[in-house]
Amino acid sequence: MSQIINFSYLIAAVLFIVGLKNLSSPKTAPRGNMLGAIGMLIAVVVTLLDKGVVSYGWIFIAVIVGSGIGAYMAKTVQMTNMPQMVAIFNGFGGGASLLVAGAAYLEMSQVFNQGGEVPGLQWDIALILSALIGAVTLTGSVVAFGKLQGIVDEQAVAIPKLFIKSLGIALGICALLVIADPFDMGLFFLLVIVGSLVLGVLLVMPIGGADMPVVIALLNSYSGLAAAATGFVLHNNGLIIGGSLVGASGLILTNIMCKAMNRSLANVLFGGAIVSDTDKAAIPGKEFYEGKVKQADPEEVAMILENAQSVVFVPGYGLAVAQAQHANQELGKLLQERNIQVRHAIHPVAGRMPGHMNVLLAEAEVPYEQMVEMDAINPDFSRTDVVIILGANDVVNPAARDDPKSPIYGMPILDVDQAKTVFIVKRSLSPGFAGIPNQLFINENSLMVFGDAKDVLQKMIQAIKEL
Amino acid sequence: MSLFIVSFTIFILAIFVGYEIITKVPPTLHTPLMSGSNAISGITIIGALLSAGGSENSTEFSTFLGVIAIVLAMINIVGGFMVTDRMLRMFKKK
Repeated sequence: MSQIINFSYLIAAVLFIVGLKNLSSPKTAPRGNMLGAIGMLIAVVVTLLDKGVVSYGWIFIAVIVGSGIGAYMAKTVQMTNMPQMVAIFNGFGGGASLLVAGAAYLEMSQVFNQGGEVPGLQWDIALILSALIGAVTLTGSVVAFGKLQGIVDEQAVAIPKLFIKSLGIALGICALLVIADPFDMGLFFLLVIVGSLVLGVLLVMPIGGADMPVVIALLNSYSGLAAAATGFVLHNNGLIIGGSLVGASGLILTNIMCKAMNRSLANVLFGGAIVSDTDKAAIPGKEFYEGKVKQADPEEVAMILENAQSVVFVPGYGLAVAQAQHANQELGKLLQERNIQVRHAIHPVAGRMPGHMNVLLAEAEVPYEQMVEMDAINPDFSRTDVVIILGANDVVNPAARDDPKSPIYGMPILDVDQAKTVFIVKRSLSPGFAGIPNQLFINENSLMVFGDAKDVLQKMIQAIKEL
Repeated sequence: MSLFIVSFTIFILAIFVGYEIITKVPPTLHTPLMSGSNAISGITIIGALLSAGGSENSTEFSTFLGVIAIVLAMINIVGGFMVTDRMLRMFKKK
């Protein structure tokens, strides 16, 4: 029986891998997701046949309750709230690993007290790691969820580094004591868990809203690593493979997000705000824009669009806030019907999590062929007639490319300023996350269209229809 | 070979496999990738089921922890796969 169970875990792991492989194209992706779900179902069913599982009552209830909550959340969540949902799910994954580690410890204590044989050092280390990573993921994710949902202040909260360091050292000492003598040091195991829960909060509190994509990706990775560590505790290869796939995925995404912001992971985690206080003093105020900003109204934009051959939209998170994705799609469709090439240029940090903007546009039925990533579209801007920026700011600031003194210098940007005409739809001249003025807004070929994105887009649609 | 070395070998190889397949996922699908991989991290359900299942060494408290872990892991699994499916359908050509 045990052979069959382990063989089934292998099948589940293969299904996970093939499923993820199918995510390489939007066409095969739904099938890939299905394969992953089938793999999970197999893993659950064969585990129920394990000789270690003898009573089913509570299991049945817990499965029903968990499935019900999960299904409800999946059905009702709005796409703009997807980052929160993934954040809290990461937390649940970490929490589950923590609880399983705790239960495994209690069971093994029972064996120890009865004078049975207990596993050695490797098991102890895996136990500690599984509880530690699980606990940090749990509370870290809850704070991330709170920040994204607006329950917790989104600003970077300064936590004294000395405090975090001391807590880290205390945790390390407790962990060593547990590893030295796991079953007589139960109190210290509890301290490791409590300390890790606190650590999770302290690590995410200092991170500001703009860096949330990195944090979610990193916590995603942690939830996988926690599962893998639990696999070492239980000697279960299904957990180890599943967990390490997620761990790898999260790390890759973390890396992509860091590169897109030109920051190191250490800087995101411990660096505080993007722009330091000394840099802040050097940032010019309102005089930066004075007398240099040109304006256009939606009707003028419509006339220029009529005569364009290629148009690129640059959506930012402001677009989603204004719920203007649908108006954007409608305008794009209208232009396409007039044989104008329409594309959407998507910066990696355009949304609140990796790939978020793509999902928001897909929901508004923008075809995925029209969504072009930064590296692919940048060489094309010089051949583009009109660029319309909707709620993006720092990611189109040419200072990041041209001005070595700029605080965001080196951050990869969309080279929109190379297009013939650039329209920036924006409520005001307020700065983006970096808190600096945008060189683009005063460029020769730039025109500001002030107003709410949805409103402005609808006026443009109206004007084009009337032309 | 000890059990640990076997497990560790599998762990390292799985990370490399993960790296290879996930770098091929286009940025357009990174959000579904995250929610889908989130569901996969619910594989902890195996451990949760074993803890809640009441083997000879379990205590009331360890069973309790296992039951709560099942709830959390199931939210992750069902919620993760379902919401991923919902998103991926949006990317399908109309």
